[in-house]
Amino acid sequence: MTGENIRVLIAKPGLDGHDRGAKVICRSLRDAGYEVIYTGLRRTPDEIVNAAVQEDVDVVGLSILSGAHNVLFPKIMDLLKEKGADDIAVIAGGIIPDKDIPFLEKIGISKTFLPGSSTQDIADWIKENVRKRP
Amino acid sequence: MKKNSSSEVSLKHSFSHWKAEKYDKALKKASSKKMEYTTISGKKIKELYTPLDLDGFDYLKQLSFPGEYPYTRGIHPTMYRGRLWTMRQFSGFGTAEDTNKRYKYLLSHGQTGLSVAFHLPTIMGFDSDHPLAQGEIGKCGVAIDSLADMEILFNEIPLDKISTSMTINAPAAVLWAMYIAVAEKQGVSPKVISGTIQNDILKEYIAQKTFIFPPEPSMKLIVDTFEYGSQEVPRWNTISISGYHIREAGSTAVQELAFTLRDGIEYVEWAQERGLDVEEFVPRLSFFFNAHNDFFEEVAKFRAARRIWAEVMKERFRAKDQRCGWLRFHTQTSGVSLMAQQPYNNVVRVAIQALAAVLGGSQSLHTNSLDETYALPSEEAVTIALRTQQIIAHESGVINCIDPLGGSYFIEKLTDEMERDAKEYIRKIDDMGGMVKAIELGFPQKEIADSAYLYQKAVEKKEKIIVGVNAYEMEHKPIPFLKIDEAVAKQHMARLHDVKKTRNNAQVGEKILDLKKAASDKQNLMPYILSCVKSYATLGEIMDSLREVYGEYQEPITY
Repeated sequence: MTGENIRVLIAKPGLDGHDRGAKVICRSLRDAGYEVIYTGLRRTPDEIVNAAVQEDVDVVGLSILSGAHNVLFPKIMDLLKEKGADDIAVIAGGIIPDKDIPFLEKIGISKTFLPGSSTQDIADWIKENVRKRP
Repeated sequence: MKKNSSSEVSLKHSFSHWKAEKYDKALKKASSKKMEYTTISGKKIKELYTPLDLDGFDYLKQLSFPGEYPYTRGIHPTMYRGRLWTMRQFSGFGTAEDTNKRYKYLLSHGQTGLSVAFHLPTIMGFDSDHPLAQGEIGKCGVAIDSLADMEILFNEIPLDKISTSMTINAPAAVLWAMYIAVAEKQGVSPKVISGTIQNDILKEYIAQKTFIFPPEPSMKLIVDTFEYGSQEVPRWNTISISGYHIREAGSTAVQELAFTLRDGIEYVEWAQERGLDVEEFVPRLSFFFNAHNDFFEEVAKFRAARRIWAEVMKERFRAKDQRCGWLRFHTQTSGVSLMAQQPYNNVVRVAIQALAAVLGGSQSLHTNSLDETYALPSEEAVTIALRTQQIIAHESGVINCIDPLGGSYFIEKLTDEMERDAKEYIRKIDDMGGMVKAIELGFPQKEIADSAYLYQKAVEKKEKIIVGVNAYEMEHKPIPFLKIDEAVAKQHMARLHDVKKTRNNAQVGEKILDLKKAASDKQNLMPYILSCVKSYATLGEIMDSLREVYGEYQEPITY
């Protein structure tokens, strides 16, 4: 258990319906003691950022398999900044080629989990890197 | 395998002796620590299968001959001796021009049918200028907004000679109408074109999640296509009832089998309700399964599928035409089984899976490419995937004899058990009031999510080994893969604007109004959709007008 009630939003931007990974991660993080909120499918950057702010989460996990990450993620990061919520950590996973990672890091994605990552890796990463927001 | 009590008693005795004195003793000494052997679906497998496992086995009842009820050994008497499976690589990316070029390449290298992958905005019924289409154009498939794109997609491809499969569901009727219109422009009658639309909305609610309308109007649209197809486009498969996506979402082999066949039953029941005659439309139903890693489990799944469907048609629907009981199916090797780590290993995985599909009696096959955990396949990768099928067909010798695994104690036992377990699920869903009801209750969705979770945990505990991922790891070496340029979006969008400028907009408006009225009046929408697409109404315009009549589906969120 994490002990400090870290709140996680698992969000699905993009038009794809592939939610197997997102759901497995929701369940694993819940089992690891996090409070997990799942947006459901096909959320716009606006909807995701609004949910993150309203739910007062500490970390957002973006799951996308459509290939639109390089277009959608910057929008999400800009909106977080606009709303003064850029202290929320943002992590990502899905079908994201490793050569896109430098770009994603540049726009402020803290960590991209490539295919084959274990749910334990993700839970551990949050434990080590995410603190409860004030 | 006929029952003979004295020899059976003696077999039982010898088996127990072998197990206790030879096997168990030797195993104790062996270094293997693995206590339980299970399939990838978690099904326990025994160390050895013998005639003792096939108690009461009746060859004619359970297997019979290829082309004979219950078709366990294959739906055709000659199987691959008469005709090889269709090698059909699912393909589409970028603009219609890009994909048209890829199709010509594949056809010139021995592929025997086309299979269209549409980009996500098309799959979701949005035009490319819709806000939700941003970043998605041409990424997961080819961008199609109107008949103008479709004309380019099939430019110089003779639709009277080539059969085409289209992976499209919620807007299937619209894309099919575009295809019919392109054929007519080529001078080819709808009576002679052949191919398949996936058109399977139930598995969208269950697994793939690219739904638009609520279940009822979605089912109505599908029955419209059955009705229209059986009269106007008689060589077209109006649905491909799909287990593929159910499996990819994390189901077990049995769940894939059961939910897919129960979906099939649901479509037949809804069509009967409309007053359609089983004998007329059922022969145009086709199926689509996954070929995953566990070789024997997959072969057994395909054989069980044929046997169950044959019985369903005969006993449940009292179909007289034997073609109703032929479960014809396409197979695709498993996408989720491909690994980003050491991606060249994927070639081997695909070869094993493809072999299972062939030994299971598939009518057509798509083999995945090694680079598909990164992106849509490069030309080089897709060529290896196609060559894999050609090597199985021409070099391995497995096509020489029909259903070569038939009669294996293990395969027959597995086939029987899969049949039994799938029927149990089918009964459960019958008791819920059918598949639409079960979906509304979240039943298949929850079953699949549970299986996906259990499998992931088994991998993380290393109870299931994935080479290169949780064992035999190596430093990652990047491979080249296809990248869709953002310029594609601009090029494609220019055509959309051009179409909207040059078409007769007043006429488009009228056609759309006619369609909406027909939808409200519950008429068969196919003729109206056809006339919309011929006036160059866009997919987004057509689907928006139907969204206004039917509303949009919101799924219950469960995990």
